[in-house]
Amino acid sequence: MHDAAQNAGPVDHAGRAARFVANADQTTWHDSVLWRIREKRDAVSEGVQGWERLRDLASQIKEHTLSKLDEYLIEFEKCAAANGVQVHWASDAEAHNRIVYDLLEARDVRRVVKSKSMLTEECGLNPYLEARGLEVVDTDLGERIVQLRGEPPSHLVAPAIHVRREEISVLFHEELGTPAGSSDPQFLAGAMRQDLRARFLAADAAITGVNFAVASTGGLVVVTNEGNANLGAHLAPVHIACMGIEKLIPKPEHLGVFLRLLSRSATGQPLSIYTSHFHRPAPGRELHIVLVDNGRTRHLAREDFRASLKCIRCGACLNTCPVYRRSGGHSYGATPSGPIGAILAPGRDMEKYATLPFASSLCGSCSDVCPVKIDIHAQLYRWRQEAAREGHISRGKRLGMNMAGWITRRPARYRLAGRLARSLLRYAPRRLLYGRWNVWGRARDIPEPPARSFGEWYAAERGKK
Amino acid sequence: MNRKPRHNAPRSAGSGTQEGYPARKAILEAVRRAGVPASPLPSITGVRDLEPGDLISRFMASAEAAAATVQIVETGGVEAAVRERFPEAVSIAATVPAWSFEQVNPGTDVHTMAQLDVLVCPGAFGVAENGAVWLGESAMGSRAAPFLTQHLMLVLDRTAIVPDMHAAYDRLDVAREGYGLFVAGPSKTADIEQALVIGAHGPRSLTVLLT
Repeated sequence: MHDAAQNAGPVDHAGRAARFVANADQTTWHDSVLWRIREKRDAVSEGVQGWERLRDLASQIKEHTLSKLDEYLIEFEKCAAANGVQVHWASDAEAHNRIVYDLLEARDVRRVVKSKSMLTEECGLNPYLEARGLEVVDTDLGERIVQLRGEPPSHLVAPAIHVRREEISVLFHEELGTPAGSSDPQFLAGAMRQDLRARFLAADAAITGVNFAVASTGGLVVVTNEGNANLGAHLAPVHIACMGIEKLIPKPEHLGVFLRLLSRSATGQPLSIYTSHFHRPAPGRELHIVLVDNGRTRHLAREDFRASLKCIRCGACLNTCPVYRRSGGHSYGATPSGPIGAILAPGRDMEKYATLPFASSLCGSCSDVCPVKIDIHAQLYRWRQEAAREGHISRGKRLGMNMAGWITRRPARYRLAGRLARSLLRYAPRRLLYGRWNVWGRARDIPEPPARSFGEWYAAERGKK
Repeated sequence: MNRKPRHNAPRSAGSGTQEGYPARKAILEAVRRAGVPASPLPSITGVRDLEPGDLISRFMASAEAAAATVQIVETGGVEAAVRERFPEAVSIAATVPAWSFEQVNPGTDVHTMAQLDVLVCPGAFGVAENGAVWLGESAMGSRAAPFLTQHLMLVLDRTAIVPDMHAAYDRLDVAREGYGLFVAGPSKTADIEQALVIGAHGPRSLTVLLT
């Protein structure tokens, strides 16, 4: 859920995931549809000569940019201002929301159309503006669906991937008056096209996210397939673009590297349909950029974790993650969700998101597909250690880990414990073995215990000689 | 529109640069304090297609894979090709006077643009690896026009096709115009169960006429 909106206690990832997997058909479908996106990504990236070199370049360009981020921010601001763009700075979510609201309020804006922006989700901008009487309409089809359902997006690129067409049919019947039972995607999308056309034409202001900001030209690049960001920004008199400070790249030539990677990694397309470059507002219009920190500079100072600021929000790590695919985006309680969310969210609020680094098998597939080569699984592992150090893991887990540490510290203890465990597994009643304490055994059978340990077998074999 | 300054920080009027913003100073200082070690900016090598092959056929294959239609026409045959492709179209417009259709310009009323069946624009150049066409602001009549029209047609010189995005940015002076974009197909969405729907918010079709 929205960071700002969801203030209720720590996120229980396992509990939320359990609710998701309770619907087995839905889980199977979710798993397979996301895996198909991963397969499309593989197929299209295999056709690119030097794909691995592209990933290296992208990673190095981001690394360089982060190492001189202050200089690039100043250069970007100077160039954007020279282009007639107004640049604003926000230290945190609250400041970001206030800047946007003040801009809208000063222009008597009532109706706002918005295109996809994970940053505004992170900041909880929609509820902030709605509480002050503004009408905010998300215009990406998937985002509009989750907005009408009163939910946050569950996936970076496909926000409504957790919703089935039958549910959308009912939703659109209630909200748009489509005939009951009509669930053809073409028809439903057409109904939303009609509804949103009118809203685009009537909007007083447009808010968009930013995919890349180019320091040397002061320009913004916004990528969509639907054309919604474009219709919004071009029709409304005021365009406010909100971006995290890590979105900067030095020069236009670097767009070539990132754009070749982004859509291929995200959806398996060689390029998304619309790649818009905004440099100056249209005559008589306004273009504002809000540069947001909200914990990013704090994250930049963490040597072990700063690489996650290279993220270009493609969602490839979600599509490939065996845990994400089977637990759904909402189980993470954070935006973005998935492996990248699980290494970003603890940096913002460890107490709340301490369970997320454990939502992983540490298989490393996320790191393998990441177009900017973030060491996602290694960071997940390091966040677990941080969580344990700061006392954010459950009493049961802590007790178990301490006991395992105590046992394995002495060979004699370890041998004794092994013997005890083998006879316990053989003779103890099933009800005891699969009691509440055995989380692992809830969905799995404990393996048949061997008659003796490897050490015992080895000693016996040696004795035979 | 009235523009009362509402930020509780000073703004330098009109410049858009807010030297006095406390947030600006705090963010820049925090970046410096983060102590990120220096890291060189790599040069972009080893990623270009050294044997790009026949650019026209590669462009056509990429564009068609993105659900665009590509037709080869003679320079004088654009109007005929447009009418042949959309014989039912009532409202056809172009953004340059080269073709004898109604003209769209920055002053064209939004609702007129929203009624367009077909808009014809001159594309600057194409990209073989992804079928994208660059469209600068001056080629779109009005920024909203290529998104409001039901069908978009781009006229592209077949000798103006580059192999990949690196070559595209070599060629492009990206900040020369206030706005510009790559168009790589008709607008589309897969947000309902990943089922592909052509014609999301923008044009329902894209046709590239190669002259």
